[in-house]
Amino acid sequence: MNLDFSNDQKFLQEEARKFLEKENSINRNRGVLDSGHNTDTELWNKIVDLGWTGIRIPEEYGGLGLTHLELCVIAEELGRFLAPVPFSSSVYLFTEAIIKYASEEIKQDILPKLISGEVIGTLAVTEEFCAPTAANIKTEVSNNLISGKKIAVPDAGIATHSIVVTKSDAGISLQLINHSLDEVVVTHQENIDESRGHFSITLDNAPCALIGDTSNGWDLFESLMDQAAVLFSFEQLGGSQASLDMAVGYAKERYAFGRPIGSFQAIKHKLADMYIALTLAKSNCYYAAWALTSDSSDLPTAAATARVSSTKAYQFCSKENIQTHGGNGFTWEYDCHMFYRRSKLLSVNIGSLGKWKEKLVSSLEQSNKN
Amino acid sequence: MDFNDSPEQAEFRKTCRKWLEGNAELNSGASREDSFGSSKHLEAAKQWQKKKYAAGWAMLHWPKSYGGIEASPIERIIWSEEESKFNVPRGIYEIGLGMCGPVMMQYASEDQKSRFLPPMAEGKEIWCQLFSEPSAGSDVAGLRSKAVQDGDKWIVNGQKVWTSGAQFCDYGILVVRHDANLDKHKGMTFFFVDMKSPGIEVKPIKQITGGSSFNEVYFNDVVIPDSQRLGEIGDGWKVAITTLMNERLAVGDASGADVEDAFRWAKNQDDSGEPLINNKAARDSIADWYCEANGLKNTKLRTMSALSKGETPGPEASITKVVSANKLQNIGNFGIDSLDMAGMLKSEDPDIKNFQGSWLGAPGLRIAGGTDEILRNIIAERVLGLPQDQRADKGVAFKDIPTGNS
Repeated sequence: MNLDFSNDQKFLQEEARKFLEKENSINRNRGVLDSGHNTDTELWNKIVDLGWTGIRIPEEYGGLGLTHLELCVIAEELGRFLAPVPFSSSVYLFTEAIIKYASEEIKQDILPKLISGEVIGTLAVTEEFCAPTAANIKTEVSNNLISGKKIAVPDAGIATHSIVVTKSDAGISLQLINHSLDEVVVTHQENIDESRGHFSITLDNAPCALIGDTSNGWDLFESLMDQAAVLFSFEQLGGSQASLDMAVGYAKERYAFGRPIGSFQAIKHKLADMYIALTLAKSNCYYAAWALTSDSSDLPTAAATARVSSTKAYQFCSKENIQTHGGNGFTWEYDCHMFYRRSKLLSVNIGSLGKWKEKLVSSLEQSNKN
Repeated sequence: MDFNDSPEQAEFRKTCRKWLEGNAELNSGASREDSFGSSKHLEAAKQWQKKKYAAGWAMLHWPKSYGGIEASPIERIIWSEEESKFNVPRGIYEIGLGMCGPVMMQYASEDQKSRFLPPMAEGKEIWCQLFSEPSAGSDVAGLRSKAVQDGDKWIVNGQKVWTSGAQFCDYGILVVRHDANLDKHKGMTFFFVDMKSPGIEVKPIKQITGGSSFNEVYFNDVVIPDSQRLGEIGDGWKVAITTLMNERLAVGDASGADVEDAFRWAKNQDDSGEPLINNKAARDSIADWYCEANGLKNTKLRTMSALSKGETPGPEASITKVVSANKLQNIGNFGIDSLDMAGMLKSEDPDIKNFQGSWLGAPGLRIAGGTDEILRNIIAERVLGLPQDQRADKGVAFKDIPTGNS
């Protein structure tokens, strides 16, 4: 019985923590938010230099060839320190899609560039102000040319490539596009967490390359979501822990009515509830990490369980962290709002709470039938 | 990460399993619940305990001299995992073995340990815990039962309450006030007592479930020899705290309706012409309960992982009772509500019984062994390190502490 990370993985996590702390990642996030740059490219380049973008890429393409577990511990730290970088878009989504579904030719081309930082990727799926489904995708591909418009694509401004969910007569397919082409126009869209920019991508007969086959795109997308959910969950976990730590620290130092506010039960119980939500999420994340790494058939259920728990934990911890800070928590100056914003970004990226609860119950029905 | 036993653990599990298969029947789905404390239940429990004792399974982590096999924490968990798969009587010995045993082990004399621990493990003598009082619940240290020293013995007067199994217990552990002039936490002393002593009167409490697993216990001039004192005079609180720490481990997870029951039920129950599982609100609740149930299960696995590596587990298990008792109440509620008006009716249907029983029993579980509120205080203070509440009862002689009317 060993539902825990190995000593090597814990060491890697410790190193990641030290690095992000030293780089003052939370302050960098504030800088990005204030400047409107949408990404801290300097921090991103350092992350690339550390090799984190190649953690999961097989050694034959120059990567580290490690497992998802190493990615999980890194994700937790990126979440804890609010790293304003396109890691989730480029690593959890784009890189994983290339590793899992792309042709050998594309892998040979793209994977080494993801490691060197020459390529940064994202995933473009949404088209309307509602959740994307196989039925409401209108972006069309024919003769290897895409036309249509995607919106709310995270990190597309810094990204060099996207995987686009498209439709054709054959069905839904995933297509790789290069942002540098004239037929691809990336436009910034204002959003509520500008430390990670969101963009529209307009495609006008843009040349593309097929990922997977012409009709199984939605299945590939769903399966990609299951594994990305585990990684997002770890990032959410880190953010939840940071929010709780902040609230605990403040409750010990802030005095009211002649005593630390943390001595009041109203505050204690709130913080205990944050700890409870976080602990449930953490344990479910650990199990999901195991399911992901061991290719368990339980992955869809385990991933949805981790995702629902972590989304709930981060939303709860980040909002109650503001509440614990009182009026200070509502100021731009305090860091609370940055966690609040990021909790929302991470919870709607790859689908919101209601969607994942539905996925969870559907997967229970599915596994119950078999 | 893996879910496999080490070779030694696998071997140990096999040994447990083999013995259990030879001596008990696997759970068949239908739970055996002879009503708690009935003579039939008691007899079955005693026989099972005796069998386990003879084979060394009764208190397997104890020293061999008291009937154990000196098992490691992880082996204890493996045993209880395996035992829980079998249909065996439960609920009689948890308090005695989980709370009274450890305190006797730590504080009793060698002679007393040799005299009392083996029959406790064997189940011949059943033990109970006498802490709570009518005016001392969450604030157990507010207890008022009085012990007056008289040479080499003590005379005890007062009343205890919420004592599980007092009606059939042979011995009990008891904390009482020996000096009301001292500070609240300093004026207490700890004993063990023969429950058949003259002057002890046990009155069952009828609970909201209709059952009576708890009692009031009255003490009228009960004589306890000083040799049955555990710890020094005035150390009562310290000894009691040791015991309560063990209780939190013993109470743990709630039994009763869980998410699997809610899920199975929702697939078959009608909801305006459709299966209830198609109802969005039902799906939303089931998702939440599934996350809670598995969060607890995986938390337990993390604790076990630490034990398995010989490490001290983190504080994560402290969330167990708060989460499971509330989940139990909500699932019971869901099951009853799904029957609409008919949810009021008693029925022989095992699911309906389970939902109603869980709903009626859950309020007790949210209180026993530390209320939801006390447990949140504990998480806040011991895990998160928040400062204690300011108190009106510190540094004041017990007799001068303000009290209400109840």
